Amino acid sequence: MAEREQMKKQAPTKSDEVVEPVPATSESGEKIKGELDDLLDEIDEVLETNAEEFVKSYVQKGGE
Amino acid sequence: MAIRKVLGVETEYGIIIRGGESNPIAASSVLINAYIQELARSGTASASPRTGWDFEDEHPGNDARGYSIEGQFPPEVETHLVNAVLTNGARYYVDHAHPELSTPECADPRSIVVFDRAAERILQRSMEAAAALLPDGQEIVVYKNNSDRKGNSYGTHENYLVDRAVPFAQIVAQVMPHFITRQIYTGAGKVGTEAAGLTSAEVPYQITQRADFFEEEVGLETTLKRPIVNTRDEPHADPQKYRRLHVIVGDANLSEVATFLKVGTTALVLCMIEDDWLSRDLLPARPVQTLRHVSYDLTLRRPFDLADGTSMTALEAQWELYRRADLYAQERGLECIGGEEVGREVLRRWEAVLTGLESDLSSLATTVDWVAKHRVLNGYRERHDLRWDDARLAAMDLQYHDLRPDKSLAARVGLERIVSDAEVEAAMMHPPLDTRAYFRGRCLQRWPQSVVAANWDSLVFDIGGDPLRRVPMMEPLRGTEAHVGSLIDSCDSALELLQKLER
Repeated sequence: MAEREQMKKQAPTKSDEVVEPVPATSESGEKIKGELDDLLDEIDEVLETNAEEFVKSYVQKGGE
Repeated sequence: MAIRKVLGVETEYGIIIRGGESNPIAASSVLINAYIQELARSGTASASPRTGWDFEDEHPGNDARGYSIEGQFPPEVETHLVNAVLTNGARYYVDHAHPELSTPECADPRSIVVFDRAAERILQRSMEAAAALLPDGQEIVVYKNNSDRKGNSYGTHENYLVDRAVPFAQIVAQVMPHFITRQIYTGAGKVGTEAAGLTSAEVPYQITQRADFFEEEVGLETTLKRPIVNTRDEPHADPQKYRRLHVIVGDANLSEVATFLKVGTTALVLCMIEDDWLSRDLLPARPVQTLRHVSYDLTLRRPFDLADGTSMTALEAQWELYRRADLYAQERGLECIGGEEVGREVLRRWEAVLTGLESDLSSLATTVDWVAKHRVLNGYRERHDLRWDDARLAAMDLQYHDLRPDKSLAARVGLERIVSDAEVEAAMMHPPLDTRAYFRGRCLQRWPQSVVAANWDSLVFDIGGDPLRRVPMMEPLRGTEAHVGSLIDSCDSALELLQKLER
């Protein structure tokens, strides 16, 4: 419990600034956009079918 | 003069059993044994099932700050169920609840990339071999990542040989700024956060897998209250001359360029520390908070306070380190990280990655893991109009690190290669030529039945009749092909080798 509290204290205070997105990438070119589209199509075919269950069941014991 | 940076990487892999009872320790044993057995079946003397790991040299309680704490750790439970030494000089074993592979000692950062890739291939072969042993419908799957997204982390540790004469306090103060700021190109990316008190609303995506888990600046721990600089003092070499800096703060990388940069820049920074080349101290005022600050700032534009009262961004700190390194190379040369060719390549790629981070992140989508992962996840998110906390994005995050070639997302994003498949394939079986790993690996290839135990700094032979004979290897750069290649080739037996070594 003490450990959790300590972690909490160490967590950075949330900045008041608006969270900016990643700087706009220069993927304006149709070619690059098209490449990402193709990649996403390809990835669609191999993605875990039940994402929620997969994420829930992915549990590791700590290591090191 | 800075000493040659002998390097190694130890990776704990995530492991799951699909369609079966979840027992990660048993699964890790099955995985490794399946690999060893397959090698034995195929007639490749690539690992000797007989050769055990020798714990004579292990002292994880020794602290580099100059003391050793008895009882610092709970009594060691025997968790090293399987402990194989491979003919490439690597150690492949079950650590806690994970399969772990430690690369052999490498003499330059490019060699690390070759052997880190070879480690991935060994895990892939292990999965295939295990599949044949498991009941239908069960599968062991291995992930090269560092978090289960539920607060459990497992490490990818780097090791660097450093000069014992350099005060440890100086290493701590001068290497910590690098560990905190190198994240911007070594991070493997993670959806959300596992830090207490923060939610995905505040941290939808961050640069590293590991920053959430660090709570101390300096210390001996690796599993609780993890420190940014670890003080474990186990040189695995002549303790009068050397330290082994054990680095626990990094991410596992799928990008070869990221692995090359992670190890190459850190080796170079350590050379500069040994030669007292870093004039300005870039130590953050609050290192632990700054580690997260950097990981959470995808804009790379937010400054943090330094201990000297000024402030800077991680990118600015990296530019300063890079410029010092460039000058260092001109004045002192690059022998300490493996020579001009590989050293120049570290500097070239370092400059290129900083330029990309500064001006065009999309140019890094094939070299920096967190950028590559963000590109596909964000693309998917926009296509399906998802929030960052959607389970589908968390699943993709994990799947980026899936080592199965037909499932891995990292294998699909076009990551740049810097080593060849042929080199990697060879490195699964054969040791580096230019460190003591050569002696270890070659002896295992030639006389697997005579080597009864091995560890980093010795080999133990059983040549029948006589007592066991330990051959110390306290110098990481001796026992190379140049030193012992023809000697080993000229011997017909381990006994003959030992006799010749004793002359």
